[in-house]
Amino acid sequence: MISVSIQTEPFNSLQEESRLQTTASDCGAMVSFKGMVRGHDQQQPLSHLYLEHFPQVTEQEIERIIKSAQARWHFSSCLVIHRVGKLTVGEDIVLVMVAAKHRKEAFHAAEFIMDYLKTEAPFWKKEFFLDGTSQWVTAKESDTKEKQQWSN
Amino acid sequence: MIKIRYFGSLKETLNTTEEQLDWQKGLTTDKLLQELRQRDATWAEALAEKNVFRLVVNQQVVYQPVAIKEGDEVAVLPPVTGG
Repeated sequence: MISVSIQTEPFNSLQEESRLQTTASDCGAMVSFKGMVRGHDQQQPLSHLYLEHFPQVTEQEIERIIKSAQARWHFSSCLVIHRVGKLTVGEDIVLVMVAAKHRKEAFHAAEFIMDYLKTEAPFWKKEFFLDGTSQWVTAKESDTKEKQQWSN
Repeated sequence: MIKIRYFGSLKETLNTTEEQLDWQKGLTTDKLLQELRQRDATWAEALAEKNVFRLVVNQQVVYQPVAIKEGDEVAVLPPVTGG
């Protein structure tokens, strides 16, 4: 099962884990990564984030990323949920779960998918700070380097 | 006519979410970007190569320059910051 969902509403990671597990027959490993909104970025206290995406295109791009991961590692089930809209500090943003026969396939695939999500999937974050200022988050060189490790 | 859509920071820098332009014979994604950059210094900088992550034509990501047909929708994506 491959499941990609872009949504404004919160997700329940335990429910999602159960849902994935029912589709993951003959799997011995499940890796889950959840990303949350940090309270600070660039030293300034954050009020909230606003996340924008490109409907349909973003989903297509995430499916492409998952297929790239499937070309490298064998895994049967993968679930990606990404939230958009206004997200306050501490809220969940993203959930990536991979179920595979063996742990290393699940670990590697989940990390690969996250690295590509951050650098290839059409999402744009705007930070709103407690002092009333705001700015669009720029692409980070460190994220690009994380992705490049997979081309070695 | 063709429709052009802008996302993320580009919407604010260029002060527009979308616009319509007359279609011209022989138009490609490359030519379109060149024309938009010639509007003024703001457009030239905003749509500089380093600031355009990807183009999407009719909801399909394009990785190489492609022809634009009458009625097409072209989206200009700035560098992404997902996850």
